[in-house]
Formats: sequence, structure tokens, C-alpha cells
Amino acid sequence: MDFTLTPDQQAFRDRVRSWLKDNLPAESSARTRRPTSDIPRPEQYDFMRKWQRRMYEAGFVGLTWPKEAGGQGLSFMEEMILAEEMALSKAPPILNILAIGMAGPTVIAYGTDEQKRRYPPKMLSCEEIWCQGYSEPNAGSDLASLQTRAVKDGEHYVINGQKVWTSLAHIADWMMLLARTDADVPKHKGITYFLLDMKSPGVTVKPLKQLTGDAEFNEVYFDNVRVHESQILGGVNNGWQVGLTTLMYERLALGFGIQVRLRIALDGLVDMARQTKKGGVVATQDPIIRQKLAQLWIDTEAFKYTGARAITKLLRGELPGPEASAGKLMWVEGHQRLQELAMEIQGPYAQLMAGSEWAVADGIWQHTFLRSRANSIEGGTTEIQRNIIGERVLGLPKG
Amino acid sequence: MNFGFNEEQELLRSTARKFFENECSSTVVRGLMEGREGMTPELWKKIAEQGWIGLIYPEEHGGMGLGFVDLVVLLEEMGRAVMPGPFFSTVLLGGLAILEAGSAAQKKEWLPRLATGEARATLAWMEPSAALGPQGIALQATPSGKGHRLSGTKLFVPDAHTADAVVVAARTGGTGESGVSLFLLPTRTPGLEVKLLPTMDQTRKLCEVTLSDVAALSADALLGEAGAGWKPLGRVLDRATVALCAEMCGGAQKVLDMTVEYAKIRQAFGRPIGSYQGVKHRAADMLVDVENSKSITYYAAWAMDEGAVEGPLAVSMAKAYVSDAYRRVSAAGIQLHGGIGFTWEHDLHLYFKRAKGSEFTFGDATYHRERVAQLVNL
Repeated sequence: MDFTLTPDQQAFRDRVRSWLKDNLPAESSARTRRPTSDIPRPEQYDFMRKWQRRMYEAGFVGLTWPKEAGGQGLSFMEEMILAEEMALSKAPPILNILAIGMAGPTVIAYGTDEQKRRYPPKMLSCEEIWCQGYSEPNAGSDLASLQTRAVKDGEHYVINGQKVWTSLAHIADWMMLLARTDADVPKHKGITYFLLDMKSPGVTVKPLKQLTGDAEFNEVYFDNVRVHESQILGGVNNGWQVGLTTLMYERLALGFGIQVRLRIALDGLVDMARQTKKGGVVATQDPIIRQKLAQLWIDTEAFKYTGARAITKLLRGELPGPEASAGKLMWVEGHQRLQELAMEIQGPYAQLMAGSEWAVADGIWQHTFLRSRANSIEGGTTEIQRNIIGERVLGLPKG
Repeated sequence: MNFGFNEEQELLRSTARKFFENECSSTVVRGLMEGREGMTPELWKKIAEQGWIGLIYPEEHGGMGLGFVDLVVLLEEMGRAVMPGPFFSTVLLGGLAILEAGSAAQKKEWLPRLATGEARATLAWMEPSAALGPQGIALQATPSGKGHRLSGTKLFVPDAHTADAVVVAARTGGTGESGVSLFLLPTRTPGLEVKLLPTMDQTRKLCEVTLSDVAALSADALLGEAGAGWKPLGRVLDRATVALCAEMCGGAQKVLDMTVEYAKIRQAFGRPIGSYQGVKHRAADMLVDVENSKSITYYAAWAMDEGAVEGPLAVSMAKAYVSDAYRRVSAAGIQLHGGIGFTWEHDLHLYFKRAKGSEFTFGDATYHRERVAQLVNL
């Protein structure tokens, strides 16, 4: 057991650190000082495209991707070091996260030579942004029930249906699309994975206003959208398998990011608490608030070391064990509790939104608090995560 | 970075698990806990023969010279077996105090005898005030001739009734950290009386130790320098806390294992109860508690081995987390078993009670959260 870095890893960390020091845009701290940056907000897109491009040119995007796909051929260890250094320096996250975390690794795993040549490089450079077309109005947790149809017509497929909760669809160039190609077989066996050009005729994107007031998600409608069969990834009716691979990468990618995001949010919360009085006393001196802050601190660290155990297994070539499956649950529970505590610290001031001169910290916590309600729904609900742990990790029977 | 156990440690784990399954089954545990001693000479000898008592003591003192991470592996397995007896008090309290604060002569006299199982030792630090910091050490040691005379009461002293020696933390002057001194007293010293206390967790024997004008006059009665006992005592308590967390992790894992096993077999309304989400989801929460407990305990153990500056913080993070987690897991275990889990016959209550006792040993979660708050400058 050893928590120190090897000389190579230290050199990598130093290189990241000094690059970030020299290249962090001055405006970045103001632009990204939101205590949690779940998904970039509209006013940040242009800025973030440029930022990812710079990181890419410096060789810091796609660290674990193979070199022939434009990546760096490094290990998860470097990925973790990068995530931590970006958090420490409050660097903006990368915009094309769905491509880097999910679409890219899936194309690399299942793509034809042509697909592998065509897509990954532009994902890395942020020339082409990707979104994920999985969830539908009647297929969320039960994803395999999806009803969007793809009917063969010569060399093409004709797509009709609807997706929902599609992050970044309004700026995306490409979509990872799951559609039903065979309705006469068991539901998992009739799904195909398409790489869909979002500029295709018949694609309509409608922003979906959330309870935060923002519209970071969208509804996407398909009206006789034609896709060439060369755009299929991993074979006809093999989409469930391919889609699960994407989700596995999502969990891995998420694993590095969310630990760091929780730390950033906690640091922000501690800063806010230090500057906020509650009943005439600085919040960090209130014994109850201290207990709750300390518990979050402990949980964040426990979460980090549980992640470190999972990475150790990956580096040894083993599959991640139970410690990896628990990650999403832990993060959601911790982050929602953190956001509730932010409101508790502010007391009556928690009611005031950005725009009021009385609002604490320009009202940023009100937004992150509201946004955190989605955490236990997006990327697999908490109920589904508990089912997964119960059935696949503990081996309990299906209901 | 490498956050896993090596092959030797994995081997130690499988050896220890097999050993306790054979030698310390639940039937044996129940026999030991009903008895006064909490251990049989035969089992103690077998444990000593494995080299486990001296696992972390240097080889020159009859130990194996292994690290704290190795000890954690062993303690997890002891916690899994909810093993009674003086292992913890001898190795991590009395023995560790001698190792941390003792002179070369004291170490030479005691550690090899502890390691072979010939002698047992414990540590008396808490008093009826139950205060955890240095201010809790109030037992008076009054200068007398070349030594001291001690009077006062120590409480919650594990296994003092079977120990050959007890390390007593006393106040030779001053307030707070300065003026705390450690005395190494044979338990047969005149004026030193031991009374066994009835405890909720019968697998853990706790005593009241009363000192009535006890003479600690010889040079080797003092462990370390007079007045400088808090620092080594703090180190001992930090290490013992991590060790306790490891035991708790092992116990929590065993409760989860028993519960999952039962939920697969027990039928209700024609289906195994584990197929119901009400049961399945609670089991998933137990797993999260167990895995996080292990992660933070292993990290603290590593910090102890490395002498890392963040050691005390790691200790308090671990004890705060694991105290709550083991309590939750052992309670959930009883709940998910239903009525059978509430019987004396089922082993769950052994773990539930061990969790409760451990929760308040070396400071509960509330105490350690405040310590974390202080250490991170909240």
C-alpha cells in the first residue's frame, strides 16, 4: 500500500500544474467559480470550446485513448492526476465531455477502421460536439423499452421518434443514438446504435426548461430522418451491448470527475460558511454546522479513497469491484446533503436569488441547490443504482 | 500509488480467516464470553504461536517487525470472528505503550514475554469523567522519595483482570498535556484493585481499576519521562483507534455477508426476501457503508505506517465514519433478518453489541468530527 506517486507520475503532475499555471485564462476563475459545475451554462460555450482546444493542443485531452486515435496512451492514474490538478487550480472543465467520456471510447471499442479514423480526433479537439440519445419519455430507468424506430430503406434507415433529457443537443454536431430496428424480438435484442449527424433533415431540438429555470437539457424529435447504414456502430441489433459499454465508460469517467467535483463544492461551501453569520456567529463556529461540515469532509475523503481502491484494481488489470459500483450513490447522497447544508447555513437568506443585493454569494448556491435534485435521477436513478449493487454486486435475486 | 494489499497480506488474511473459523467459531466465542477471562490458555497459546501478538513489535523484542497495514488485515479477521480476549489490550494498549514510551530495559523485559503469550498487559487511561483529552487524566501521582504514590480510579480498562501489568496514565503536575506521566505497574502491586464490570458487549471485558496509595517507587515504575507521557499516549491511542476501526470493518463485513446470505434463502410471499427492493436497497446501503469504512481505515493505517503528518486527521476521519457505519450496518442486519435476528441464538447481537461498545471506545463520531473540524481549521 502506497499513496505516493512514482517519479514519472510526479513529473506528469508537475507538467500539468505548470501548464495550468501558465495557461489558465484570467477570466476562467470568474467564469467557472460556480461551486459545482455540473454541466456548462450557455454563456460559457464559446469560451469552453477554446479552452478544450488549448488543452487538446497541449496533450491533456484523451489521456487514456490509444495514440492512433489521437490520444496519449496513458493510464487511469494520469487521468486521475489531471482531474485533481484541474480541480485544485479551479480550471474550467472540458466541454465535449460526452464525447471524451463515452462516445469516443465506444467508437474505439466497436468502430470500423473508417469510423475510428473519422470521429475521435474531432472529439478531442472539440471541433465536433456530441450528445447522447438514450432516454425517451417512456424509457428512462427501463432504457431497453425505447420506442424510437429505425426502419431499413435500401442502404439507409429511416428514424422516427423522440428522445428527452438530451444534454448539449442544442449545440451538438453528433448524437449517440439508440433506436429499435427489430420490434419482433425480445426488447434488448432489437436495438441498434447509430452515429447520427444532428444537422440531418428532420431532426428538431427543443430546449426543455427545468425547475432551475435553465434549459441545459433538450427534447429531440426525429421525423423521417435518413441515416446511412455505414453510420451503425457495432452491428445491427447489437446496440444494447454497445450502449452498455458506453455506460460502463460513463461510470469510469464519472468516477474521476465526481470525486473532484465534490471536493470543489466542499471547498466552496467552507469558504461561504466562513463568510456567513448565522444567529450572529460565524457559521463555521456553530457547533451543529461544524459537525455537518466535518461529516461532509470525512465523506468526501472516504469517497476519494474508495475511488483509489477501484483505480488500483484497474491498474492491476482487475475489474473494478464493489467499491466502484458504490461511487455514484455516494456522490449523489453527499452532494445533495452538501447543497442542503449550503441552504441551512444561509438560513432565511437562502430564499433570495441572484439579482438581489441581499443574496449570499450572488445567489450561486440557490442554483446549485436546485440543480442537485437532478443528481439522483440523471445517469441512472438512485433506485436503479441500488438495484445494480443489490443484484450484480451482492448477488441478490431480481424482483 | 497503490491502494491495495500485497500478496503476503492477502496470504495473512486467508490464513487468519481459516484459523478463526477453526479455532474461534461462534460456539467458541459464546463459551469465552460467558466466562470470566474471555480467553482460554490453549487458544491464547495458538494465537501466540502464529506470531500475531508480536506482529508489529521489532524482531529484537521477539516480534515479527511487520507494519500497521499488516496488523489491520489481521484485526479485520478478528473483528469478523468477533473474537473475545486480551489480544487488543495486550498488543495495542499495554504493549504499544511500552513500545512507544518504554526504556530499552522495559521493552526487553516485557515485549518478548507479551509476544510469546507468557504475559499480558493493558492500559488504564480513562477515568469516571470519561473525558477524552489530556484534561481527562486527573488521577494523582504524588512525589514520594525517588518515585510517586498513586491514588484514584480508572474506568473502562480492558482486560485488567487478566493482565500481568497495567500502564496507568496519571497526573504528576501541571494541567493539560504537560504533567501527564505513564506508570508501568504489575497488577499484583499492593493497593491496586481490579473489579470486573458487567458489560453490554460480553466479548469485551472491561474493568474498574482502583489505586489506593499505590507505591510506584522504583526507577522502572515510570514509563518514559515524568510529565511527558501525553505525547506517547496520544500516539498509542491514535494507533489503537485505527486498529479498532479495522476490527469494526471486519465485523461490519461479516454482518453484511450473513444478511445477504439470509436474504437469498428466506422466503416471504413465495419469493426470496432479497428480491424485494425494500430489502435489496437497504443491503446496498450497507455495502456502501462497509466499503467506505474499509477505504478510510486502510488510508489511516497507511498514514500510521508512514508517520504521515495527516495521521491524526486520518485517524479521526476513520473513527467518525466507522463508528456510525458499523452501528448502522449491524442494526440493519438485525432488521433484515426479522425476528430471528432479535434472538439470543443468532450471532447478530454479538456484532450489534460490539458495534455499540466500539462506538464509544476512543471517542465517538461526534467527538472525532469536532477533532476533524479543528484539524482542518474549520
